[in-house]
Amino acid sequence: MNLDFAQLVPSIPYILYGIWVTLQFVAVSLVLGFFGGTVLSLFKIGKITILRWFADAYTSIFRGTPLILQMLIIYYAVPQLTGVDMGAFTAGVLTFALNSAAYISEIIRAGINAVDKGQKEAAMALGVSYQSMMLKIILPQALKNILPALMNEFITLTKESAIVSVIGALDVMRRAQIVGASNYRFFEPLLLAGLIYYLLVMLLTLAGRVVERRLAKSDYC
Amino acid sequence: MITVKGLRKSFGRNEVLKGITTTINKGEVIAVIGPSGSGKSTFLRCLNRLETRIEGSIMIEGTGIEQMEGQLRKKVGMVFQHFNLFPHFTVLENITFAPGQVLKTEKTESLNDAFELLKSVGLSDKANDYPAKLSGGQKQRVAIARALAMKPEVMLFDEPTSALDPEMVKEVLQVMKNLVKSGMTMVIVTHEMAFAKEVADRVLFMDDGKLVEDETPDVFFKDPKTERAQAFLEKVI
Ligand SMILES: Nc1ncnc2c1ncn2[C@@H]1O[C@H](COP(=O)(O)OP(=O)(O)O)[C@@H](O)[C@H]1O
Ligand SMILES: [Mg+2]
Repeated sequence: MNLDFAQLVPSIPYILYGIWVTLQFVAVSLVLGFFGGTVLSLFKIGKITILRWFADAYTSIFRGTPLILQMLIIYYAVPQLTGVDMGAFTAGVLTFALNSAAYISEIIRAGINAVDKGQKEAAMALGVSYQSMMLKIILPQALKNILPALMNEFITLTKESAIVSVIGALDVMRRAQIVGASNYRFFEPLLLAGLIYYLLVMLLTLAGRVVERRLAKSDYC
Repeated sequence: MITVKGLRKSFGRNEVLKGITTTINKGEVIAVIGPSGSGKSTFLRCLNRLETRIEGSIMIEGTGIEQMEGQLRKKVGMVFQHFNLFPHFTVLENITFAPGQVLKTEKTESLNDAFELLKSVGLSDKANDYPAKLSGGQKQRVAIARALAMKPEVMLFDEPTSALDPEMVKEVLQVMKNLVKSGMTMVIVTHEMAFAKEVADRVLFMDDGKLVEDETPDVFFKDPKTERAQAFLEKVI
């Protein structure tokens, strides 16, 4: 076995910069996915059949096909159909946002259903509109319940984000591969990439625990 | 003020209300009693359309409640067995939320109202607490204040003391008695027979989805006409 990390040293900053790219990617995807997921979950519990049907079909499709396939379709097929070339980063974000919207919508739906139905009845009896009831009464309580699940989704997204390297986005993974190819040594940069992902995931897990503990201690429960 | 005619309600194949007809006059206090599962809650919930898809008619001052839309909930307040306070709001926010959202009451005015109401239910010092910090009796008093903040003309109570520890029942009943004195029209589902006897103008006895007796408390408690009411009273008193 011969490991040579000395050769890797000059490339370390290059790979580390990928952390920023990866985090940006994950954060933007998560925020978009969260909004998409909220809307979908409201469709799912709403009374309008077409929207319910749409949200269910959407979720089923995005959960029932490989993520990498979704990404390749969005990256290659959309430009082919529309002539709009959106670049690897955008295509990746779009894919992850659309995909996590499907997962997050299920999380939020479960969270909404877990809110005591007396809350809805109290709001209705007071004459509160459906919209304010959802936004001010139900969703805030649902979000508190589902924060751990959302944090999990965040972590999953961080790990899975490595597949954007396939379409050439310059994230941690892709940078490690490029360094590997130019040095003809893959093991060291991939090991570094692995370490980076692991630390990111541990950091997020820790942050999640802190948030959870804060919530448990917060004024209401 | 409220006229109920031939009210029927089913859940699937289970017919829970089997033709209820009665009238609730302005300023009257009505106690609804009867065995568990007899349809008391469902009857109450039909009055403010928490239950829909009914047969028969319910009218308030001559208008069918299904045509009243927003007006219905402004006129009819409700208090639940399990309080249903909003846990992420403070006591004050619980009370001012609906007036702000629904009646578009000015913030200062709804705050003033809320403080008045809190005083009247004896909880002025709890304004900024979260519901989780309150005892059951305090929660229910806040819930009553919250409903009153909408300035309703009728108040519905669904077993307001059934979820309370015995030592807290009194404080809630006291608040309700004050409300009776103020002349509020009230429909109260309750198992507190002494309370019903004391404050009610009429007792509605329900059994198996039917309104079996509709009497003054004096007559009902002393001399119930039906065997079912007799059997029920023997069990609870
Ligand atoms: N949402 C519902 N779905 C199905 N059945 C219900 C529902 N609400 C009440 N019921 C049934 O209706 C009957 C009367 O219930 P309820 O009005 O709560 O009685 P009470 O308040 O007198 O105890 C019961 O048999 C109950 O199981
Ligand atoms: Mg009941």
